[in-house]
Amino acid sequence: MIRLVGIDKTYRVGAHPLHVLKGLHLTVPPGELLAIMGSSGSGKSTLLNILGILDGYDGGEYWLGDALVKDLSERKAADYRNRFLGFVFQSFHLLPFKTALENVALPLYYQGVSRKERLRRAAEHLDQVGLSDWSGHLPGELSGGQKQRVAIARALVTRPRVMLADEPTGALDSVTTQEIMDLLKRVNAEGMTIVVVTHESDIAEQCARTVFLKDGRFEGER
Amino acid sequence: MPESWLELWDVVSRNRVRTLLTISGVFWGMFMLILMIGFGNGLERGMQDTVGGTFTNAVFVWGRTASLPYRGLPANRSVRPSNAEIEALRELPGLAVLAPRNRLGGWRSGVNVVHGSELGNYQVNGDVPEWAEVQPMTFPLGRWLNQRDLDEERKVAVIGKPVMDDLYGPGEPVIGSVLTVNGVAFRVVGVFDTPLGGEDAERVENVVHLPFTTFQSAFASYRDYVGWFTATARPEVPASELEAAMRATLAERLVVHPDDLNAFGSRNSQEEFQKIVNLFAAIRLLVWVVGSATLLSGVVGVSNILLVTVRERTAEIGLRRALGATRVSVVTMILQEALMLTAVAGYAGLVVGVGVLELASSALGEGSGSMGPPSVDLRVALGAIGVLIVGGLFAGLIPARHAAAIEPAAALRS
Repeated sequence: MIRLVGIDKTYRVGAHPLHVLKGLHLTVPPGELLAIMGSSGSGKSTLLNILGILDGYDGGEYWLGDALVKDLSERKAADYRNRFLGFVFQSFHLLPFKTALENVALPLYYQGVSRKERLRRAAEHLDQVGLSDWSGHLPGELSGGQKQRVAIARALVTRPRVMLADEPTGALDSVTTQEIMDLLKRVNAEGMTIVVVTHESDIAEQCARTVFLKDGRFEGER
Repeated sequence: MPESWLELWDVVSRNRVRTLLTISGVFWGMFMLILMIGFGNGLERGMQDTVGGTFTNAVFVWGRTASLPYRGLPANRSVRPSNAEIEALRELPGLAVLAPRNRLGGWRSGVNVVHGSELGNYQVNGDVPEWAEVQPMTFPLGRWLNQRDLDEERKVAVIGKPVMDDLYGPGEPVIGSVLTVNGVAFRVVGVFDTPLGGEDAERVENVVHLPFTTFQSAFASYRDYVGWFTATARPEVPASELEAAMRATLAERLVVHPDDLNAFGSRNSQEEFQKIVNLFAAIRLLVWVVGSATLLSGVVGVSNILLVTVRERTAEIGLRRALGATRVSVVTMILQEALMLTAVAGYAGLVVGVGVLELASSALGEGSGSMGPPSVDLRVALGAIGVLIVGGLFAGLIPARHAAAIEPAAALRS
């Protein structure tokens, strides 16, 4: 589902160019649950931005399914993000003035789906993560675990090709962390390709495969 | 489109206090603009009513006392235009209407007019039918003087409405009744009214008009004498030019030294009128400048608050971008918000402003003194709305640029 061929990225900061990603190769088959591990400064965030089409790259090719993600126009990038990717963040990033249901429905708004249909599909996905009873609540009224489950429902509502999870349990306690991991594994078992970026090894261990990123290169996998 | 407005409503209504504070500047600016324009218009109308939209190009000339000896005639002789001068002045090319007039009594003092047992003191004039073309009049009862009244020297009178109110009881027949002026009886054939207001209406309406010819034969000292000439200039001729031509013609005919400034009194209303027109043009300019500046500061306020809002919403905008919002849709969202806030606030200001004007207008009634009923016409309101829409877009421009510059990756890192 994801194929990286020699991805190269250099930041030009002042006089000294910073070579962050040094020719990365990676293949993620459909339905895989992959963990990318790395310490801070390893290029993890940069890689995630490239995978999330939030940033470009200098050399190589990034294939997302049958689509080559390279030198996209602003409009095309927004469209790919919307249709091909689902994001889950460490700090949830729910809109505080919208209910759980409306938050889940938001990505469909940018697809031009009618409000009624949006809310219907959002309710379906909220049900899948077990939060039907909380659909009318604002994020402020939800626990951390519930917020992340809303975010996961939001990531799934567009039926994307890949779900990108950036430290999805970083802000949660251990019990809730396990709940979220169980949910991700269940979603994965239903066929969703998931890439989890983390620095916690017990999270990585629950994934089918882990690749280790260090100084802009993959160094081994498990 | 309604989808994006719904989305916008969500955003705006979540912080009511901030939204209200934001729009109060624009509201106030619009309110003040409308109020100033309205009262400016009221003042202008009041002024026009008082001065009389009538005499915009009228010339008045009257005989006085010669101050220079000329062709064997001594100084200090009084200059008395006769009926022959009427025909001579009518020949002047720049003249549109000529109305000679005589008046009983002195300047600004009336004479006694008697009806039955009632008595009043009014101005009594001998006039020609052309006077009606200089001074607009309406006739709630009867008619104005006509040429046959003059030709047949009929003893008829047309009286002002206040004269009727003074001398006649309610329901008493006016047309056909008899008035006595200096012992001469006249039959009333008409009652007139003027569209003027205030002091001028009083001056113009407390009058009894008699036929010019009848006046001359009834009151012996006015035989073959013309007290005043009132004339209007043709549209293409400046009133001051006609004024000079009339003075020159009269001087030549009455054997007066061409440089004798004292021999005739004259004035024309155009210069005065022009001064007033200029004054109001200046006031209108001031109103628009001050009003627009107030409105502009309101718009800058909206812009400022939106800028803060964009900063606050950095993470939200970043998230929207990550979920598939394009730069254009983010910019549109901010511009829409700016436009909606200014439009709603401005429209509210417009409505409240017009409401206050209406209240003031009904309180002032037909206007008092130099203040006419304040009002705003549709054209001005539409103009203000136009200014507002441009202002709204302007308010959104800088915040929208900031919003467009937000990088989703950086915004989501928090």
